[in-house]
Amino acid sequence: MNGRRIFTRPARLAAIAPYLWMVLFFLVPFGFVLKISLSQTAIAQPPYLPVFDPAQGLAAIKAALAALSLDNFRLLVSDNLYLFSYLRSLVVAVVSTSILLVIGYPIAYGMARLPQRWLAVAMMLVIVPFWTSFLIRIYAWINILQHDGLLNKILLGLHLVATPVVWLSTDSAMYLGIVYSYLPFMILPLYATLAKMEPALLEAASDLGASPRQAFWLVTFPLSLPGVAAGVLLCFIPIVGEFVIPDLLAGSNSLMIGQTLWLEFFTNKDWPVASAAAVVLLVLLVAPLLLYERLQRRQLEGNG
Amino acid sequence: MARAQTSLSPFNIAALALGLAFLYLPIVILVIYSFNASRLVTVWGGWSLRWYTEFFNDRAMLEAAWMSFRVAAASATIATLLGTLAAVALSRAERFKGRTLFSGMLYAPLVMPEVITGLSLLLLFVALNAERGFWTVTIAHTTLTMCFVAVVVQSRLGALDRSLEEAAMDLGCDPARAFVAVTLPLIIPAIAAGWMLAFTLSLDDVVIASFTTGPGSATLPIRCSVATPSLRGAKRRSNPAFALGSPKLDCFASLAMTGRDCCHFPLTISPHLPSGRRPCSA
Repeated sequence: MNGRRIFTRPARLAAIAPYLWMVLFFLVPFGFVLKISLSQTAIAQPPYLPVFDPAQGLAAIKAALAALSLDNFRLLVSDNLYLFSYLRSLVVAVVSTSILLVIGYPIAYGMARLPQRWLAVAMMLVIVPFWTSFLIRIYAWINILQHDGLLNKILLGLHLVATPVVWLSTDSAMYLGIVYSYLPFMILPLYATLAKMEPALLEAASDLGASPRQAFWLVTFPLSLPGVAAGVLLCFIPIVGEFVIPDLLAGSNSLMIGQTLWLEFFTNKDWPVASAAAVVLLVLLVAPLLLYERLQRRQLEGNG
Repeated sequence: MARAQTSLSPFNIAALALGLAFLYLPIVILVIYSFNASRLVTVWGGWSLRWYTEFFNDRAMLEAAWMSFRVAAASATIATLLGTLAAVALSRAERFKGRTLFSGMLYAPLVMPEVITGLSLLLLFVALNAERGFWTVTIAHTTLTMCFVAVVVQSRLGALDRSLEEAAMDLGCDPARAFVAVTLPLIIPAIAAGWMLAFTLSLDDVVIASFTTGPGSATLPIRCSVATPSLRGAKRRSNPAFALGSPKLDCFASLAMTGRDCCHFPLTISPHLPSGRRPCSA
């Protein structure tokens, strides 16, 4: 008797409630973002025009549809502010993801080679920072990096610098904050693939005459590529839209798209332009998102 | 499982030590400074609980903390219910209409930039003319955190030996009964871990909550970030202790340390840790 098939029907029923929830609160809202990105700003409540009102009949809805336009997208393309924001977001995401990979890989590799009894401890140590609030960890860095903060005190004490260095409100502070916050997200997927690796493969490589270095580059690294892909996507996608870290640690002269969106929305109260910025950001992320979704699905359901 | 018996090279040890030091130093320093008696963050004025007493005497802070707590408890509970159902559907029903869309909707929010999620939900609430406050933030957090719960529970379900369920059914249980009697007790740890993860994620979130909250219902992270000069461009610094790097903020670090289950959190990132045994093929 095939239990798997018998289980299918009730399991399908289980999908109904979460399905409806996600359609209503995840999918449908994007429709509203799209619609408002095609609207005009207005000094009204809500601050955009036109507003669809089904009560006014079909003609009114037709008129509202006719009033939609691509003006906001034209603005996004023509104004350098937005172009630079998108570009900066991509650059920041690429640079930080690269740094994360370079730092995270040796750590994950070291963890994978730990003896079994140390493994749980190391794992725990990588995860515990998740227990503290994300904002707190950023504030901790502000504390260290400020003008008379710990870092400058140490540098002055060691006579490495003559005057305090400005760390806060610089790109280096922002990169530091991003790398710090996302490091566990890079380490854990890398570790998961590295730990699964069969030690016999390395033995075979060395039996066949490969030096440890060759064995690493010819065997270990290629086999860890799924973990690399998972870690890179897990970091890259959210960093592109990052708002809090650049806002607290970077200077205000060049903004990432998440900050620009926030500014348009909360300070300028220009909801249509903010929505258009969100639509473009989403389009930018569609390819990595699909890739991530496939990877995640394959991992979770692949051998089920 | 066979493990490499190779010894650690000095390079491995250095990478581990430096990596862990990098992760821990800032937190340790901040915790120590939260007991600093001095108002200046950089001057050590001796040990004191001053900032903690000040926190607990600040009504706005306490109200925000209470709000955060209620939102986190409510959204984590709903998210656990929905997320578990979603996990069961994904791991036990091989095919149903819209399955690809369903799994896509569940995995995308894990990495979706928060500004997009927050903005889209707010626009929905505005269009529905919903009064913004406790319920809108709770719904927003539920939407985000149920995806984390689903992934945690799903990875546990995937690692489960299915022959147990089959045995229960061979012995006369119908599928629903087999699930409640056999499967559910086995995945309870994952469900609990999912709840705690959802709870702390909600407690920690500032971006989505900022979009979906209304006047008079700020959560703690919003209250704390409003107190800093740069975030949201607000200049509401009523108390100098709210300045950047205020030790006060540590109070909510301890609040947030409710403990995401360490054994299950990595599962949200990659479900196939070596400890997860492959299910026996049925």
